[in-house]
Amino acid sequence: MARTRRPVVARWFTDDTVPEEEFRLLGTRCTACASVFFPREDDWCRNPGCSGGGGLAEVPLSPRGRVWSYTDGRYRPPAPYVSDPDAPWEPYTLVAVELAAEAMVVLGQAAPGVRPADLAVGTEVEVVPGVLNEDDLHTWTTWNWRPVARDEREERS
Amino acid sequence: MNDIAVLGAGMHPWGKWGRSFIGYGTAAARAALADAGLDWTDVGSIVGADTMRCGYPGYVAGATFAQALGWQGARVTSVYAACASGAQAIGTARAQILAGLADVVLVVGADATPKGFLAPSGRERPDDPDWLRFRVLGATNPAYFALYARRRMALYGDTPEDFAQVKVKNAAAGALNPLARYRTRVTAEEVAASAVVADPLRLLDICATSDGGAALVLSSMDFARRHGRPDPVRVRAVSTVSPTYPKSVLDLPDIATDSAAVVSPAPHGFRASIARAAYEEAGVGPEDLSLAEVYDLSTALELEWYEDIGLCGTGEGAKLLREGVTALGGRLPVNTSGGLASFGEAVPAQAIAQVCELTWQLRGTAGDRQVPGARVGITANQGLFGHGSAVVAVR
Repeated sequence: MARTRRPVVARWFTDDTVPEEEFRLLGTRCTACASVFFPREDDWCRNPGCSGGGGLAEVPLSPRGRVWSYTDGRYRPPAPYVSDPDAPWEPYTLVAVELAAEAMVVLGQAAPGVRPADLAVGTEVEVVPGVLNEDDLHTWTTWNWRPVARDEREERS
Repeated sequence: MNDIAVLGAGMHPWGKWGRSFIGYGTAAARAALADAGLDWTDVGSIVGADTMRCGYPGYVAGATFAQALGWQGARVTSVYAACASGAQAIGTARAQILAGLADVVLVVGADATPKGFLAPSGRERPDDPDWLRFRVLGATNPAYFALYARRRMALYGDTPEDFAQVKVKNAAAGALNPLARYRTRVTAEEVAASAVVADPLRLLDICATSDGGAALVLSSMDFARRHGRPDPVRVRAVSTVSPTYPKSVLDLPDIATDSAAVVSPAPHGFRASIARAAYEEAGVGPEDLSLAEVYDLSTALELEWYEDIGLCGTGEGAKLLREGVTALGGRLPVNTSGGLASFGEAVPAQAIAQVCELTWQLRGTAGDRQVPGARVGITANQGLFGHGSAVVAVR
């Protein structure tokens, strides 16, 4: 039986069936004070100086940012992280990314194969769709950060 | 002055003893009462710092300790603020004393911890950031410590060798503390030879989780005088501040910081604001300190605290360490107890244990790790989700 693709958290990122370059993290923006929230706030604006009365509208976050810091997980994390206890542990890389327009730092796992040695504070990265884990019924999807290809960086700079 | 007196301090040794937290807390409470020269029946209020008990969200500790000591009808309070629970317990006790609700308050925190990474307790909770960071990212506590460490390396030129020297320093102090769990000196080579847990941090850079218990007997200054303690160690400030919006530093269990695009962040980060509030209330500054106990969940984080409690400027923590300023015998020893590096963390007990160390140092009874002529000390710590914790004690 085919697995159903499901986001690990609903409404945190766009459908991953769109072309990769259109994939985005989704936050919300207060229509009164323009503050942006990720993870999304859907009920109330958290800016204590906001005059209130606004709503919270869904907004895609910037697709690119620069590495604020990074690390990896050399040991298997405890549940609720899902991993196969019978398979040897494969470290994953964790990246904190600074988004300039939002002036915020967002964590995420790096795309498969990206190691700490491939990164530096300040490296330009982009958000891409990823798979967190699979079970009998579902492929659980997530977001990953991936270094922007070198030729593309040079092209843009 | 809103001073209160520290009449008694007591701890159960930290370790992995395999017993219930109740026994550790009760032993610490009895030691603190004996140190104060008071009976449990003299206590008008007991405040317990809560442990995560039996995997259900029943965090009650105050009544558990009161029952173990023998029900005597005291006012009871239980508080939970993760690593800052102990400071909240002390803050609660102080408020009761200053409000005249109680003359003598017993504060107790104790924990029995599982092996390995601290993890959220059971069940699916997709609306809980602490659950989500494990489910979505596998982001353990050491992963966050490693993010700070790597950033320090990139911004300030700190090195893994600097981090190792924090462990070497704290292990040397812990070797002199009979209450510490780890009592052997550690070399930089041993740190470098330990396994990487979360790049760039190694096993010996990261604090363990431990069993332990700590207690304080606190009273009004009037009661202390009547009790024949005219010059006790005094708690002069308790800071339990929360962050200000936008919080621009990624703290565990955050998946993202607040956005600073619309509102500018405060000039000082959350950790620095914790100490500043304590200094302001106490009417002292970092230049007045004799010693400090800070929360070295990792070696690199201790350097961060040097800057946050004002011992040096931003990025200068490693320099202070290299100059020996913060070692025993230095100008301003930090973590004279041996710190979390030598104790391991017993969450609800740890902030209370920090104040126990200040108490013994300020009394001049800290033995081989005594800071000569100690007059002013600060503790600093931070609890999950934004709980500030700092105590200034003076003699």
